[in-house]
Amino acid sequence: MSEFYIISDYCSIRDHEVVLHGKSVYNHADSGLQDFLTGIYQYFAVSYPKFYKMDKLSKLGFLTAELLLRNKNIHQQYAGNEVGIFLMNASSSLDTDRNHQHSILDRNNYFPSPAVFVYTLPNIVIGEISIRHKFTGEGTFFIQEKFNPPFLVHYIKELLAQGVIQCCIAGWVETDGQNYESVLYLIEKTDRPNAGIANFEPTSIQRIFDNEK
Amino acid sequence: MLGDKTGIQLAEDQRIAPEPFYASLVEPSLLQQKFKAIGDPGLYTRFEQMAICSVREALSNVAFNPEDPGTLFILSTTKGNIDLLEKENEQKLGKERLYLWDTARLIQRFFNFRNEPVVISNACISGVQAVITGVRLIRAGLYENVIINGTDIISEFVFSGFNSFKSLSTGPCRPFDRTRDGLSIGEGSGTLVLSKTRPQADASKLIVALDGISSNDANHISGPSRTGEGLFIAIDHLLKRNPLALDYISAHGTATPYNDEMESIAITRAGLQSVPVNSFKGYWGHTLGAAGIIETIMCVSSIRNNVLYNTMGFHETGVSNPLNIIDRVINREINSCLKIASGFGGCNAALLLCKK
Repeated sequence: MSEFYIISDYCSIRDHEVVLHGKSVYNHADSGLQDFLTGIYQYFAVSYPKFYKMDKLSKLGFLTAELLLRNKNIHQQYAGNEVGIFLMNASSSLDTDRNHQHSILDRNNYFPSPAVFVYTLPNIVIGEISIRHKFTGEGTFFIQEKFNPPFLVHYIKELLAQGVIQCCIAGWVETDGQNYESVLYLIEKTDRPNAGIANFEPTSIQRIFDNEK
Repeated sequence: MLGDKTGIQLAEDQRIAPEPFYASLVEPSLLQQKFKAIGDPGLYTRFEQMAICSVREALSNVAFNPEDPGTLFILSTTKGNIDLLEKENEQKLGKERLYLWDTARLIQRFFNFRNEPVVISNACISGVQAVITGVRLIRAGLYENVIINGTDIISEFVFSGFNSFKSLSTGPCRPFDRTRDGLSIGEGSGTLVLSKTRPQADASKLIVALDGISSNDANHISGPSRTGEGLFIAIDHLLKRNPLALDYISAHGTATPYNDEMESIAITRAGLQSVPVNSFKGYWGHTLGAAGIIETIMCVSSIRNNVLYNTMGFHETGVSNPLNIIDRVINREINSCLKIASGFGGCNAALLLCKK
């Protein structure tokens, strides 16, 4: 039996807008990033109080994954350890790094906090998504200057081919000051050609990433 | 190590902490002297100098041309040049130096590696995850050789963070010991080179990086799972894919109460409680993004030289599931090794190494 790897769906949060399956589902042009993310959380009635404790990178990745997986039965289709998460960005956790650095600038006013420090690692967003959805599969955070679909696609294809994962969430989650951009894809295996939105190839991943801008 | 001495010492450095602290530090004058022979110290940060020195030494032993298009460079680090953040807006080396991709590219350019480098930043499993990633990229036929460097430095940034977590030991750390009370941080750099098997290579010297798996606890972002869930899943999945009699386990063994307890549970759940296990953290502390690389290098050395190293700082078992902790240097035939690691974000990784 032939096996095909497909992009089942995608979700992006960037330029004050949430796009799901190619359609704009929310936008709010006048808000800063924190307020924009809180607005998305409230608009889609996500009920997950831990959201408020997250840093901006985790909030952004969490919400993108949340909407991507909404109204799908991924949790019934796959065991937790069959779902992987592979993310990439340019700034790592630099946004939160600056917050932690701010708390230790002055020895006379020193207030480093574990609740901030834990977010000074980019892979925490993978942990947050994993906790929310009980995904226990592979997770890796890559840093590159620009989104690199060929690397990500070839790497994930190897994992699918080896049966390490059956499905994954992959893409780009970046915050740096007020700049932010998140595009996540749901990648699955199928035995039918031309299923899903597109075949899982660098060109289709790049096209989706570029087209919507 | 064979002299049974630890590199973790009481240090005084106002740039890192207001009070004296225990850590394993790289001697600045030694690094300067080493780097001066190969580059201009004014153009490279402390982090970059350490990484470049390590990569250069590793490359002096390889049988391929690192400038070949089939070579990929992977940098494993948690924080890179984070010590530059304090003066972010007055960087004479350029503001981009804080970005891990820029640091990696700088190292890539130094050595004329062809491909865009990859950075893996996955908390304390970064190094083991980088090796696993390298193995897969070669297996997929994408590269012939993967050069993996793991580096992290100790800065006030990192020290203050671990201190705020109250996870630092009051003396040199004591992995798996009854009296353990936290980790010792360390800085370091290690380089591991993975190559596609070449037929002309001397099989007796070859160590195979067979396979690896990582898994998430899906439980908590800063505390390990009480049931060792993610680590157990990773080990179990890996050994089911590669049934192999294990001669040795190199644990993460940070010496925090929770980590070592969690590892003892996961190892026992996997039925491996009688396999000899050690932690290297008592020798040079927890080197964060470098730890998985440096410790994997030690595993290679153990297999190659048929020697198991003791767990520095360990005296009496202090975990609820007793393990076969290596407490003295043992010379015996070692054919296979399991390297494990766990980190913030609930991540865990397991890697299998064996003789050819």
